[in-house]
Amino acid sequence: MSLEWSIFCRSTTGNTQLAGCLGQNGELSYLQWLISAWGWTATVALLGFLIALLLGLLIGTLRTLPSTSSSSRWSSRLAAAWVELFRDIPLLVQVFLWYHVAPFFLPALKSLPSWLLVSIALGLFTSARIAEQVRAGIQSLPRGQRDAALALGMHEAQIYRRVILPVALRIMLPALTSEAMSIVKNSSVAFVVAVAELTQFAMQAQEETARGIEIYLAVTVLYALTAFAVNRVLAFIELRVRVPGVGALARQGA
Amino acid sequence: MAMLASTLACSGIALADTLQKISSTGRVTFGYRESSVPFSYLAGPRQPIGFGVDITTHLIPALKRATGRHDLEVNWQALTSQNRIPLITNGTVDVECGSTSNTAARAKTVAFAINYFYTGPRLLVKQAPGVKDFDDLKGKAVAVTTGTTTTKLLRKMDLERSMNLQLLPGKDHADSFLLVDAGRAVAFAMDDILLYGQILNAKQPAQWHVVGTPPQVEPYACMLRKDDPAFKQVVDGVITDLMRSGEFERIYAKWFLSPIPPRGRSLNLPMSDALRENLRKRSDQPAN
Repeated sequence: MSLEWSIFCRSTTGNTQLAGCLGQNGELSYLQWLISAWGWTATVALLGFLIALLLGLLIGTLRTLPSTSSSSRWSSRLAAAWVELFRDIPLLVQVFLWYHVAPFFLPALKSLPSWLLVSIALGLFTSARIAEQVRAGIQSLPRGQRDAALALGMHEAQIYRRVILPVALRIMLPALTSEAMSIVKNSSVAFVVAVAELTQFAMQAQEETARGIEIYLAVTVLYALTAFAVNRVLAFIELRVRVPGVGALARQGA
Repeated sequence: MAMLASTLACSGIALADTLQKISSTGRVTFGYRESSVPFSYLAGPRQPIGFGVDITTHLIPALKRATGRHDLEVNWQALTSQNRIPLITNGTVDVECGSTSNTAARAKTVAFAINYFYTGPRLLVKQAPGVKDFDDLKGKAVAVTTGTTTTKLLRKMDLERSMNLQLLPGKDHADSFLLVDAGRAVAFAMDDILLYGQILNAKQPAQWHVVGTPPQVEPYACMLRKDDPAFKQVVDGVITDLMRSGEFERIYAKWFLSPIPPRGRSLNLPMSDALRENLRKRSDQPAN
């Protein structure tokens, strides 16, 4: 059996091979469709990651607030509840909840496109995981850092912004890299709520072309390349923001 | 490799005479589907029923006559859309009358008896004002099921008629149905028989309507092994007799116009013009 890569230059609306692998006047080749599907995967993953990062930082920080006042105790409990809620329910079920159940209670959600709902679902699911990494980063710091900041007369917000978070975030960067790569792969759940992303492309195109092996290989390579690109970008950031004595790179003497 | 090929070729020749095989083993194996309502589906454990199953059981007396085996043993084997063609070609199953489309591509590996049903893509709408046919879909969101040829057909129509369709890919038929039910799509485009099947399972069947003229129709037919004219003649002969005697229309009415298990609801799908025409023409050819 031989592989027939020319399938990607075939028209998606007829049975002709397209010159230069690109269609004219709205006609698309399977390659163009593959790239558009990759665009949806990237959009959902990127948006989901931004939501996850913002909420994860906020929730993770709230969880570590010292229990000195009742408001900080309550925000810490709320943050703990958030983490448990979003990490105790399977991702696929969460996607269905946002898509089928939530609009029943909040009719406004019905008007949101499904790619946005899926990004929100992915973002909230991942925010619980990032929050735990933020908490781990913060709690790994020696107590002396906080005490020293207090002795300098800083208040709580200053301590977090000037002392704790800058170090904690550097410590958690390797774990964050994993999360960012995971969200690329997890974005494949968008297929179940009618987003025309890579997995949906694979299932439809392999049926139409009867060249499932080529289609799945291409999709697999594209997922792997995307996840690896995310890895490289975050590794670059890790390198750029490194400071002596903090984080994994420091200990390797980099 | 050459040896393997020759072995396959030999067994191919040996298998192609189904009547000979039935007469020497005293056994025939019919294929059925587990949930192709109303063609072939299970009413209880290992109890296939349906339009295709009724046609299949009419084969039994003819096969007894043709093989001289009056003690013929009948076996039923469940098939899926993935394994139905391999199990026919390798001899596990002798004939399958289900919801298999008679296509030119499949005719390269299997043979088809006289076409016994025609379906084509139409639109399932839920009280959608203004959607009467495919042309009314311009600029609108339409649900289609991932992994079906209808999706490609819609894409082609979109391009040719500049319809600016927004195709929403449901992961299965139930999901595409939900897209319309939830108001995310104005219509669900799929082979009409599958749409009628969806209405059958809907909470409020009266809300749903199948509209539009199919841009093309596809025949369903019983699937047999290729290059076995004697066996095909027996199967075609039985179907011809059913069509001539009016028995075929009675079986059609039983499954498409009357309440059927498991819900006791009727599909209410009148016989299409294409099928009525084939009662006279008795073609076994694929569409186009």
